[in-house]
Amino acid sequence: MADTVKLPEDSFKPMTPADRAALDSEKIAAPSLTFTQDAWRRLKKNRGAWVSLIILAIVFIMAFGSIFVSPHNPNAVNPSYANLPSKIPGIGINGFNGTLVQAGQRIDAYQQAGASSGTYYIMGTDYLGRDLFSRVLYGTRISLIIALVATFFDLTIGVTYGMFSGWKGGRIDTFMQRVIEIILSIPNLVVIVLLILILKPGMTSIIIAIALTSWTNMARLVRAQTMELKSQEYILAARTLGERPLKIAFKHLLPNLSSVIIINTMFTIPNAIFFEAMLSYIGIGISSPQASLGTLLNDGQKNFQFLPYQMWWPALVLSIVMLAFNLLGDGLRDAFDPRTKE
Amino acid sequence: MDNEKDILEVRNLQVDFKTYAGDVKAIRNVSFDLRKGETLAIVGESGSGKSVTTRTIMGLNATNARITNGSIMYKGEDLLKKSEKEMEGIRGQDIAEIFQDPMTSLDPTMKIGRQIAEPLMVHKGMKKEKALAQALEMMKLVGITDAENRINDYPHQFSGGMRQRIVIAIALVNYPEILIADEPTTALDVTIQAQILNLMKELQDKISTSIIFITHDLGVVAGMADRVAVMYAGKIVEYGTVDEIFYNPKHPYTWGLLSSMPTLDTKGDELPSIPGTPPDLLDPPVGDAFAARNQYALKIDTEKEPPFFKVSDTHYAATWLLHPDAPKVTPPEQIVARQKKYAEMQAALRKHQADHTTPVEEEEEQQ
Amino acid sequence: MAKYLAKRIFYLILTLFIVITVTFFLMKLLPGTPLTNQAKLSKSQIALIYQQYGLDKPVWQQYVLYLAGAVKGDFGTSFQFSDQPVSYLISSRIEPSLQIGLQAIIVGVILGIVVGAFGAMKQNTWADTTATIVSILGISIPSFVLAVLLQYYLGLKAGWFPIAEWGGFIYTVLPTLALAFTPLAESARFVRTEMVDVLSSDYIELAKAKGLSRTSVIYHHALRNSLIPLITIVGPLAVNIMTGSMVVENIFSIPGIGEQFVKSVLTNDYPTIMGLTIVYSFMLCVVLLITDILYGIVDPRIRITGKAN
Repeated sequence: MADTVKLPEDSFKPMTPADRAALDSEKIAAPSLTFTQDAWRRLKKNRGAWVSLIILAIVFIMAFGSIFVSPHNPNAVNPSYANLPSKIPGIGINGFNGTLVQAGQRIDAYQQAGASSGTYYIMGTDYLGRDLFSRVLYGTRISLIIALVATFFDLTIGVTYGMFSGWKGGRIDTFMQRVIEIILSIPNLVVIVLLILILKPGMTSIIIAIALTSWTNMARLVRAQTMELKSQEYILAARTLGERPLKIAFKHLLPNLSSVIIINTMFTIPNAIFFEAMLSYIGIGISSPQASLGTLLNDGQKNFQFLPYQMWWPALVLSIVMLAFNLLGDGLRDAFDPRTKE
Repeated sequence: MDNEKDILEVRNLQVDFKTYAGDVKAIRNVSFDLRKGETLAIVGESGSGKSVTTRTIMGLNATNARITNGSIMYKGEDLLKKSEKEMEGIRGQDIAEIFQDPMTSLDPTMKIGRQIAEPLMVHKGMKKEKALAQALEMMKLVGITDAENRINDYPHQFSGGMRQRIVIAIALVNYPEILIADEPTTALDVTIQAQILNLMKELQDKISTSIIFITHDLGVVAGMADRVAVMYAGKIVEYGTVDEIFYNPKHPYTWGLLSSMPTLDTKGDELPSIPGTPPDLLDPPVGDAFAARNQYALKIDTEKEPPFFKVSDTHYAATWLLHPDAPKVTPPEQIVARQKKYAEMQAALRKHQADHTTPVEEEEEQQ
Repeated sequence: MAKYLAKRIFYLILTLFIVITVTFFLMKLLPGTPLTNQAKLSKSQIALIYQQYGLDKPVWQQYVLYLAGAVKGDFGTSFQFSDQPVSYLISSRIEPSLQIGLQAIIVGVILGIVVGAFGAMKQNTWADTTATIVSILGISIPSFVLAVLLQYYLGLKAGWFPIAEWGGFIYTVLPTLALAFTPLAESARFVRTEMVDVLSSDYIELAKAKGLSRTSVIYHHALRNSLIPLITIVGPLAVNIMTGSMVVENIFSIPGIGEQFVKSVLTNDYPTIMGLTIVYSFMLCVVLLITDILYGIVDPRIRITGKAN
């Protein structure tokens, strides 16, 4: 069957070196990606994580930007403008136009309070006439600060503890793990409450209390991963070559632990935010007049039946921030773990 | 090629995989036959498309695989046209498979007796007790000692070799027409490998099944296979009987494979290897995919894909070197030695046949 | 197994001992006495009260006494209710908390398994997306926010359930739902991940090669192997419910230990706080012990060696 086709005459000359050079035998058609590039490609494809990243960026900018530019002073009391509902310029939908139902009739609360037509409170005001939007921004800032500090301790205490325990192994490891087990055998919130009682309620003690309890999970994960890495050939090689443990830790261990660390951080943050909100909600966290998402929720809950927006707004912001961190964490986990869905 | 004794006929099979970078052409126009009772070995490097071929036969390809062309005829019906329900009836009943790694291919939380009995319960509609009784027989058949007591054990209580025996028992419990063995010994110790191979041969005689034996290890092929197909970059490049492939190979890739296999004659010299790596199937090269690694490559190899040239009735190879116009090349030393040995064998055989022609024919007639 | 059990129980006792010791000395660091909440008292009255609480003895003696009492379940007398022993306060309030907690964990885990398994089986379809949304919302919405919303919309507005107070089963529905949402979400996520993993394993491939139908593959092989590890997260889920119950009980006015804990914290009732801390740790330790043993029973790989790795 080969003979049916007329072949050019020089077809059967051996390949010349030039022909051979033209054939790149090592050609790889797929773009070659490093681990980080590959993870980044996967993360970009994950719409949920991507949107979350943008939302978080906006929330960060607004929360910290409000230090310099805030629509109102979050603590300024203005009793004549008390309990005004949301009014957003240009939106006529009930619930966002400054009207509320009173005694079966929808009335313009702003007019009744004697506010000029140019007065807007995007999220309304609370029972003292404080601007809810400014207070939510302030509360979000506190939540984020606490989250960041918790992350910092997670990274310092948790990672160091985990790496040390996993690297040393043996008795030291067993002892260090027992310590964690004991900490974990008391519900976290109980430990936090005890610490806050000793340290007096307030921002600092919340941060310390959350920091002292949040690192255990990180330590356990890092330890497990370290133990696995420790027996890998390249670490063994570095040890055989007499590299110092500290150098091995930074040069070989940390880069390979980074995905575990980043992913777990993304789950520490919403946890810390949750604890702060809960403590303030109970009344042992941040206390009035300082705003935090927890105290705002508590205030709002009292009037929920009549002025639902006072709780809806902080609840919405709290849930969205937690949701965004969780989605981002999920996205990062999928991105770093090639086994998960494409 | 069309033979009544063929139990499975694969024709012009093409399988693509969708990936982020494009379609990977994993199987590019593969055809082969499996005859009743024979063992066909498919040999090739990892990534040459051996496993994808068998997975396609089983109907168990990954979700991103697409069969773009071809047919797989089994008992006069095209397996590729069958519904999932119909394939469920064929898998484990007519066609069974043994996987590579016995350490992970058994369900860790199910007693092994039950795992062996499952195909009986599914395909033969047996009650559990009866199926377990038959599973016990199968365990004895594959050489598990103290089977009565071990039927209620879990996989982790067995060694790797024993687990592969269990996997074989699962595959053969329904006496399938075709057994696909996908590198069944790769994960095992060398001594255990031999035991498992012997067991497979022994059982093949007992239950007369045809075997497709996937491997990258030519050493294993020699003792197991009747015929061999060599795969490279998603294509079959040469096929023939085991003697033809081992002693009279024609394709430069087969030469490379055989030369890189240590034999008893290998002295202290360095073992030759095939330079380079297989091509990326995302964008397969024009012409012969092996050209870039082939020191005997011709100019036409980069322009046109070689067709199969006939060497003998049973032996075909896809290389332009067999074209009548092609220059004569001398294969590597080791291959020349093999060919010489083959010629001597053939001569001896012819002589032998000439001496005994009449009695042999008579014998056949009597049967 | 017996040896392992003995070891575990020894560790349980050791843990509780450390918890008692640490909380005792932490509480000693705190300012405030039973008298903080009282009007001015004469010196002799103060001495009398100190005697009543045993505060006149040296700290180490107080510690030994406390330890000896704690072993018998006696945690001293409440500061807030000066006539009530802490043990009575706890035992009279533990039942509602246990009931709601158990209901929440059972409802949450069972629904979570259904949602998670469904998501894994219908990977990357609308069902999977729904399952993912449910589970991500579950871990993102704090239980106390959910509790307020449920109370208002299903209790007050729809009038289907009583909003507060404690009575029969109907009173437990809303708090149970509020507490069950997070465990539901957590177990759904866990089961989905685990099952996706299992579904891509070699033994599932072999099960398919046997000719098993999709349903049998899932029912006989995938489900069991993905549900066994779920036992390991029951402990953390219990912690979650204990934490949530502190606020949820408050919102629904349930006379449970969670509500009591918050009340005691706000009134500086140290003996009760200590007693409840010990009770919480005890419950958590028992849950962890039970799940560990259970894991050993259902997973044949651990059964022999008797120890999880």
